[in-house]
Amino acid sequence: MSGGAHYTLHHPKWYRRRMSVWWWLQKRTYTKFVLRELTSVFVAFFALMTLWQVRALGEGPEAYARFLARLQTPPFLALHGVAFLFVLFHAVTWFNLAPKAMVVRLRGKRVPDFIIAGLNYFAWLVASGVVAWLWLRG
Amino acid sequence: MKRTKTPFLWALFSAGGTVAALFIPVHLFLNGLAFPLGWVEAPGYNSLLNLVKQPLIRLYLFVLISLPLFHWAHRFRYTLYDGLQLKHLTELIAFLCYGGALVGTAIAAYMLWNIP
Repeated sequence: MSGGAHYTLHHPKWYRRRMSVWWWLQKRTYTKFVLRELTSVFVAFFALMTLWQVRALGEGPEAYARFLARLQTPPFLALHGVAFLFVLFHAVTWFNLAPKAMVVRLRGKRVPDFIIAGLNYFAWLVASGVVAWLWLRG
Repeated sequence: MKRTKTPFLWALFSAGGTVAALFIPVHLFLNGLAFPLGWVEAPGYNSLLNLVKQPLIRLYLFVLISLPLFHWAHRFRYTLYDGLQLKHLTELIAFLCYGGALVGTAIAAYMLWNIP
């Protein structure tokens, strides 16, 4: 090949079927994929709520009491319920993917997937326990 | 340019995803459901303030806010491209997502530093 490939900036517009924005509802695996991707929205929601909480805490007891009262209203309870489910979904899918993301070898043998995933779940349990213990102890 | 930035952003995505998976469920459960619904008694204002004032807890909260925001930025960017077919807005979306995560990180650092 002497001239190399020939590229054009404006290639011909061939026919493409327009995809519906709801393409992901047609198949279970697609729906699961999109729901997994949407967990990030609730992760961001959590980050913003935490920022808000830290601000209220810094402003004094009255401001913090107002913040806590707001968390007891139905919209926030519902939002937190949904966010909790989505974040659980994120955690489970994340830990289940971990063995594929990090392949660990021990003495030349690949460590089985369930051990890597199990270690992740164990770390989750420990992390949750430590957070709850520190928080409830006050 | 692009080729050098991608692994770095992916590392942030990955670290943020791990932090989010390990720590956010227990936070959301306690703070968003168990305390407001009265299932578990929450610590009082002063003890919580004393806890959050500790340097290690401040650092933890900073990581807990910042890294998951970068995880969101990376994942949500692709959700918008694929889900809503907005490929033509690539640069604007990337700017808004990573910019948002950077702003959130700056606010978190400022607020956690300034807790009285």
